[in-house]
Amino acid sequence: MNEDSTGGGPAVPGGQWYDADAGPLVRPYAMTGGRTRPGPSNVRFDLIALVVVDDDPPGAAEEGLLGPEHRSLLALCRAETQSVAELAADADLPVGVVRVLLGDLLESGFVRVSRPVPPAQLPDERILREVIDGLRAL
Amino acid sequence: MAYERSESTGTGAGDGVDTTALALKILVAGGFGVGKTTLVGSVSEIRPLRTEERLSRAGELVDDTGGVDQKTTTTVAMDFGRITIRSGLSLYLFGTPGQDRFWFLWDELSQGALGAVVLADTRRLEDCFPAVDYFEHRKIPFVVAVNCFTGARTYGAHEVSRALDLDRGTPVVLCDARDRDSGKEVLIRLVEYAGRMHTARLLDSVG
Ligand SMILES: Nc1nc2c(ncn2[C@@H]2O[C@H](COP(=O)(O)OP(=O)(O)OP(=O)(O)O)[C@@H](O)[C@H]2O)c(=O)[nH]1
Ligand SMILES: [Mg+2]
Repeated sequence: MNEDSTGGGPAVPGGQWYDADAGPLVRPYAMTGGRTRPGPSNVRFDLIALVVVDDDPPGAAEEGLLGPEHRSLLALCRAETQSVAELAADADLPVGVVRVLLGDLLESGFVRVSRPVPPAQLPDERILREVIDGLRAL
Repeated sequence: MAYERSESTGTGAGDGVDTTALALKILVAGGFGVGKTTLVGSVSEIRPLRTEERLSRAGELVDDTGGVDQKTTTTVAMDFGRITIRSGLSLYLFGTPGQDRFWFLWDELSQGALGAVVLADTRRLEDCFPAVDYFEHRKIPFVVAVNCFTGARTYGAHEVSRALDLDRGTPVVLCDARDRDSGKEVLIRLVEYAGRMHTARLLDSVG
């Protein structure tokens, strides 16, 4: 495996994982007000944390104050309970941006975010059996 | 019962069909070009997932940023697929980038993971050593799936297991990452194995 460039530029082995230009990343963060970290609640949502709309959300007036990205994310959440990763893929936004936006929605009471299964605490046999049978039936 | 279920809305749109939801995470790792994307795509609807990382974390050992402060984040692409077992029970697959420099991603991904598939190519078996080491050290259940590329000499599972010096019991499965049934079989072996490991640990902690 030798994809190192031989030229004099900054040789970046495996550089295909990088965007040719980091520029576009600047824009997504504009919608988070430049923040790269979720707000005061300071949670780093797991990729498979599930996001559900809150039973008792703020009123329409407050919702009207949300930015377009917040609102489209909220629409995705309303359509279906989804993981953070899916929301990022569906919204076509980087995960970090989605985490920040979700942090806002959590703070203001529009959504709730589940904690994923804690490490080393795997589901019981019955669930695993279900997974295996489900895989077979795919 | 030890694990937490995530509570979902009991009222509202859900009609109370399912009051709990469970998401399980499986990682697909292995060397560069070994078939990770192909495997995730053959068993699930694959979607690219972008995650952005600080260059100081992502590339400090590799990249000489030479004091260029502007370029602080970089995008890392991962493969991401979901298999819905039933409403309220889903399997999420994450294909990790093959390069060593992205190991830090694994630390987050492997948190709470059910297990991992380490893809191997017998023509360059050494490429999967780091992944095998990683999961062994963290006691994350994994299976080695040997992706049988055409033209590669076929080895038996035992030979691969010996060459990788795997712990006894770690399954080695021969597969064709392009084939859905083959990919499913790999996942089934992993879930079975993760279940056995889990039970063994429970017994260990009791005795
Ligand atoms: N013959 C054969 N080709 C395969 C198989 N699996 C993958 N390939 C091919 O091998 C190439 C690499 O596969 P990918 O799935 O992109 O590998 P990857 O691990 O995702 O690669 P990186 O993400 O770049 O590390 C592609 O051209 C695939 O079509 C297989 O089982 N048999
Ligand atoms: Mg790939």
